[in-house]
Amino acid sequence: MRKPIVTIAAMLIAVSACAPGSNNPKPTQKPPSAVQTDVAKAGPVTLTVWDQEVLGGQNEQMQKLNAAFHAKYPNVTIKRVSRSFSDLEKTLRLALSGDNPPDVVEANQGYGIMAALVKAGALVPLDPYDKVYGFRKRFPAGVSQLNSVTGDGKTIGSGNLYGVSMTGEAVGIYYNTDKLAKLGIQPPTSFGQFEQDLALAKSKGETPIYFANLEKFPAIHELGVLLGQTADKGALRNLVFGQGGAWTDPPVVQAVQKLADWAKNGYLPRTANAGKYNDSPSAFAKGDGVFLIGGPWFAADLQKKMGDKVRFMLPPPPQAGQAQPSTLGGPGLPLAITAKSKHPDVAAAYLNFMTSPQAMDVVVQTGGLPSAKPASATPSTPVGRDVFQAYRTASDKDLLVPYLDYATTTFLDTLGGALQEVIAGRKTPQQGMAVAQKDYSGFLAKK
Amino acid sequence: MSARQYSLPGREKSGRSAPGRKERARPPGEPRRIGYLYVLPAFVVYALFLLWPLVHGAYLSLFHWDGLTLGTWAGLGNYTHAFADPSLRGSFWHAFVLLFFYAVLPCCIAFVLVSVMSRSRPRGMTFFRTVLFLPQVVAMVAVAVAWQWIYSDHGPVNGTLRFFGLGGLTRGWLGDFGWALPSVGLIGTWVEIGLAMVLFLAGVQKIPVELYEAARIDGAGAVREFFAVTLPGLRRELAVALTLTTVAALRNFDLIYLTTSGGPGDATKVPAYEVYNRAFNTGEVGLACAIGITIAIIVFVLTAGITRVVEGRP
Repeated sequence: MRKPIVTIAAMLIAVSACAPGSNNPKPTQKPPSAVQTDVAKAGPVTLTVWDQEVLGGQNEQMQKLNAAFHAKYPNVTIKRVSRSFSDLEKTLRLALSGDNPPDVVEANQGYGIMAALVKAGALVPLDPYDKVYGFRKRFPAGVSQLNSVTGDGKTIGSGNLYGVSMTGEAVGIYYNTDKLAKLGIQPPTSFGQFEQDLALAKSKGETPIYFANLEKFPAIHELGVLLGQTADKGALRNLVFGQGGAWTDPPVVQAVQKLADWAKNGYLPRTANAGKYNDSPSAFAKGDGVFLIGGPWFAADLQKKMGDKVRFMLPPPPQAGQAQPSTLGGPGLPLAITAKSKHPDVAAAYLNFMTSPQAMDVVVQTGGLPSAKPASATPSTPVGRDVFQAYRTASDKDLLVPYLDYATTTFLDTLGGALQEVIAGRKTPQQGMAVAQKDYSGFLAKK
Repeated sequence: MSARQYSLPGREKSGRSAPGRKERARPPGEPRRIGYLYVLPAFVVYALFLLWPLVHGAYLSLFHWDGLTLGTWAGLGNYTHAFADPSLRGSFWHAFVLLFFYAVLPCCIAFVLVSVMSRSRPRGMTFFRTVLFLPQVVAMVAVAVAWQWIYSDHGPVNGTLRFFGLGGLTRGWLGDFGWALPSVGLIGTWVEIGLAMVLFLAGVQKIPVELYEAARIDGAGAVREFFAVTLPGLRRELAVALTLTTVAALRNFDLIYLTTSGGPGDATKVPAYEVYNRAFNTGEVGLACAIGITIAIIVFVLTAGITRVVEGRP
């Protein structure tokens, strides 16, 4: 009976010798002087671009800009492949490990996609192109920071630039102007005032904040707004990027405590953990909730349903007149160049074109929130202008803190799950954040 | 090895093939080796799309691999991790809880329905049969969206409770830490009843009416009749129903993904969801494969056990 054991052992040795995957060499950076900026000289080129801009205005935005690029450089044909966000992110790994990957892809920030692709040597560092086109100068610092990864792919938030984003996001507070009028209040100018308004709304039988948290991640937005009140933005950035601090630090626990208090006081719907996030705009438009915390992604839908009755503001400072607190936000999905692209210089010119002030005008005209300053366009609706102005303010004053779930690959699940337990009153803020910290320290130790 | 050892088992049973005779002189219907050729096309497809992925999955489960860079040898590390990690261990426990809701409960309910139907043929039987089988036909996505509404704050479940003055019991069922798992489980029960019932109904029609008549003449009531006649007559159907529903319970992914995404917290996490989550969201392909292979082994053991116990095979 010796033989099977020997066979198995031999098989195991054979198997362990050929591991899956491959060790691609990291792409080298060429000197900026070697960058060919004259696209017309490149001859006939087909640029394959993968994007996820499939929804209404975003789709129109990509179509218009791609057509404009082709009109400017007739020798370049853009072959566009657009898929929904989740489809794109799930297939990206497979596509980029193949032999014939697209030239330009939208690769989501964070350890899950962008850093993993950098680690595998699948993306080109944009630093030489930045020196030629000045990408970093276009965007607020927080935006470029999130599109940066160290060359080894181990740390996000610093190192080389790997992507440029066409759109931006800043989380803030939507409010129903009808409800405010009925309660006899103005939009709050301080966080203290905001909490008084919540108490007033509760006492008048209203839902103070509409909040749907079935998917776990939404609570991270509420927490981000609360962290703006208790924690320093530098400390928060360091925490998310794994450069110091802990999720059990007092300012963080204080913010989580506030969230627990909101749930306990009935400022959030009792069934928050069972509500579907994507139903938020329709529930809020129907009058469920005086306030709604969220990003620009709600604006178009709310505008359609509520017209001028919905407005948006950044979270107010603790006391009226104080400096604006930080909030969550950053760049939309970034365009990145793949290492196997045969025309990286043309791709870089495309990236430059897609983030130019003129392109930002198109983003505004198609209802998007541009990541950089547009040449002249301004949004046409009140809530659109609010969101636009809020992002400009957040950019100019450098208020954006990255989404907290960038911290680890599993943080959306662990932090989001812990916050669900805190909201349900099953865990104290300390216990909840201890769970998050355990995931965080484990991830940093493995890195 | 001699050619004889390769022959199919049916051969030895046939006493007519006298020793020493030539191969050609076999009786009609005797299996021949050419039979393998007939199954070849199906086998190639099966091997290519099922066996090979299974083997490749088992191979990947032995590595730490993020799907992109060179993997490192992990041995059985991914398997031990799958059981050491409390959240993953919890997901296996949830799968066993769902086993009750997906397999045991539907079979029990289907038995009640079938014994009622077999004793008295109610009017519009075809209609009821169709209605009860309908959940099997409806796409899981539609099922999930419909039940999300049923369980929602303003849905019919809470509405009914409020109507009877039980407003204190209302809750967001899918977002409640204690109730989310049973709530998802009951959706599974609703879906699987139809399958079990159709199988049992077909089986009941096979049972000779004389047996029922004899039982009734002997004075057996409905319960006695069920245990003495119906249940023994439905052994095989029960085994099939349990096997199918058990597999459905253990590989349950779509319903969880669509209704709760494993939440609240970790309350409804199941292994099949974790396979997807680890492979595509967190980039732990090796661990995902290890969980997948573990599910396959558990399914294999359970279904083998079910056939033995229920069908009474050795």
